[in-house]
Amino acid sequence: MSAIAGLALEEAYENDHRPVTVHKPKRKGFLLPIWGWLVILWLSSPIVVMIVFGFNDGTGRATSTKWNGFTFKWYQNLFSISDLTTALGNSITIAIFTTLIAVVLGTLMGVALGRWKFRGAGSVNLLLFANIAAPEVVLGAALLSLFLTLNIPRGYVTILLAHVMFSIAYVVVTVRARMSGLDPSLEEAARDLGAGPLVTFFRVTLPLIAPGVSAGALLAFAMSIDDYIITSFNNGSTQTFPLWVYGAAERTGGSVPPQVNVMGTLIFAFGVIVAVGGAVANRKRA
Amino acid sequence: MISRIWRTRLAPYALILPGWLWLVIFFVVPTLSMLSVSTMTGNDLDGFKQTFHLSTYSDAWSEYHTQIVRSLVYGLIATVLCLVIAYPVAYWIAFRGGRYKSSLLFLLLLPFFVSFVIRTQSWEFMLDDHGMVLGTLRTFHLVGVMKTLHLVSSSGTILQTSTAVIGGLVYNFLPFTVLPIYVALERVEPSLLEASSDLYANKFHAFRKVVFPLSLPGIFAAVLLTFVPVASDYVNAQILGGTKNTMIGTAIETEYFTNLNYPVAAALSFILMAVLLIGVFLYARILGTEDALEMAAA
Repeated sequence: MSAIAGLALEEAYENDHRPVTVHKPKRKGFLLPIWGWLVILWLSSPIVVMIVFGFNDGTGRATSTKWNGFTFKWYQNLFSISDLTTALGNSITIAIFTTLIAVVLGTLMGVALGRWKFRGAGSVNLLLFANIAAPEVVLGAALLSLFLTLNIPRGYVTILLAHVMFSIAYVVVTVRARMSGLDPSLEEAARDLGAGPLVTFFRVTLPLIAPGVSAGALLAFAMSIDDYIITSFNNGSTQTFPLWVYGAAERTGGSVPPQVNVMGTLIFAFGVIVAVGGAVANRKRA
Repeated sequence: MISRIWRTRLAPYALILPGWLWLVIFFVVPTLSMLSVSTMTGNDLDGFKQTFHLSTYSDAWSEYHTQIVRSLVYGLIATVLCLVIAYPVAYWIAFRGGRYKSSLLFLLLLPFFVSFVIRTQSWEFMLDDHGMVLGTLRTFHLVGVMKTLHLVSSSGTILQTSTAVIGGLVYNFLPFTVLPIYVALERVEPSLLEASSDLYANKFHAFRKVVFPLSLPGIFAAVLLTFVPVASDYVNAQILGGTKNTMIGTAIETEYFTNLNYPVAAALSFILMAVLLIGVFLYARILGTEDALEMAAA
């Protein structure tokens, strides 16, 4: 889902180093900035609602549509709904395991595809493209039909298998881009100086492609923790955070407990801090 | 020496293998298994048997063609709206962003840091019959106007209407439209604009003859990136649209989980994938662009 986001951000950071446009229009219109800011405002409005209503006082069964006064009590009682806490825990651990596995497998693939031309590379690229382009509901349904055919019970493990499946391609894409921009003579120099392939990889290649790897890791984590559609086909009775929120909204006819807003706010804050921190670190390195 | 040559020859395959296997086992094989399930007959209790029963496809089509067509129509409308809204934003950031380009893009991408489900649910909360959107519309006496335009239901509510679903889709997938257009515009050389103004082209002509044609690959990629997920999404339809605006994804889910009719569900998934893939490839063919696919993949 949010995959393209990370890629474009990475592109934007790189383009930031381009010289600032020389072209300066004599008369600057004001319609474009107004439109742009309106769109940004529109896109952020649900976030504002989420953050604000995490502080809204009330009974707690469901977020009231009215403002009842400021309170910290949902932050203090963050974990009082045990199912929700379990679901959030599942989401976080699944996202961590997904990231670890997808980053290792995806980096290896990305390095190979970015460095060598070899027979079969084209079909691997096609496989990756198909994986990215396929509608999520089809990915989820296909995996479910496999699990049903083989009579594999669905749960935590099948969610993890599915998440790694849809994350790998994004890690490959970010690493491959980084890898093909790399000067091969750096690795050759290391080899000439007597470093073995493993030492070369860990001491030379990996540090150089680190920004690509970390962008891929961020994508994998974000996609895993946010996924609803594919997970909903393969979860069995295991709940994840998005699944629990969706279920709660359906049960109560559209309203969720305030704790959901608080957890959403905390995940949002964490994501923003990691992304901004990463960008600043990248900038310092460059 | 020989072992070294072999090692460099085999190295790419060795590195590819683990990830490739994962994708084959959990992506390719499941797709084939779904293809096989789609022609089976039977029921959940007695089990399903392969009988190469192809008419499941025509049954699925005749039962769900409303949802399939609706998904495509919603997808089309939402994609066009996304393009119209996104193009000026992408243009603004690319040509007027200056030093703040990445900060502006970051603001545009903020929604991605909030769960998709929470964002959509947040819209349900705002569009509620007693929510803030209808409240504002009532304050400005706009509900009547929207009724005549059929943007709200006859009782003056937004939820459960196609307006809510398409609005939610546009909201959720707009950044996917902005980004590829932005990338294409970003690659337009500013000197081309100067050249066109030196040749006495006014702003409008410069845009129509220079900038717009150069941004076409971005628009193609944007259409692909927006249309496919929008047409196959069902979360928006389910949360914002109620029972009257269901899309194909809902049908697949219902057949799998409520009706336990796996062949029909599998056939529907295949119909969806076939329609989208054929659409995507025809589109790329007609516009004669490999850029579109490349940009979509990147």
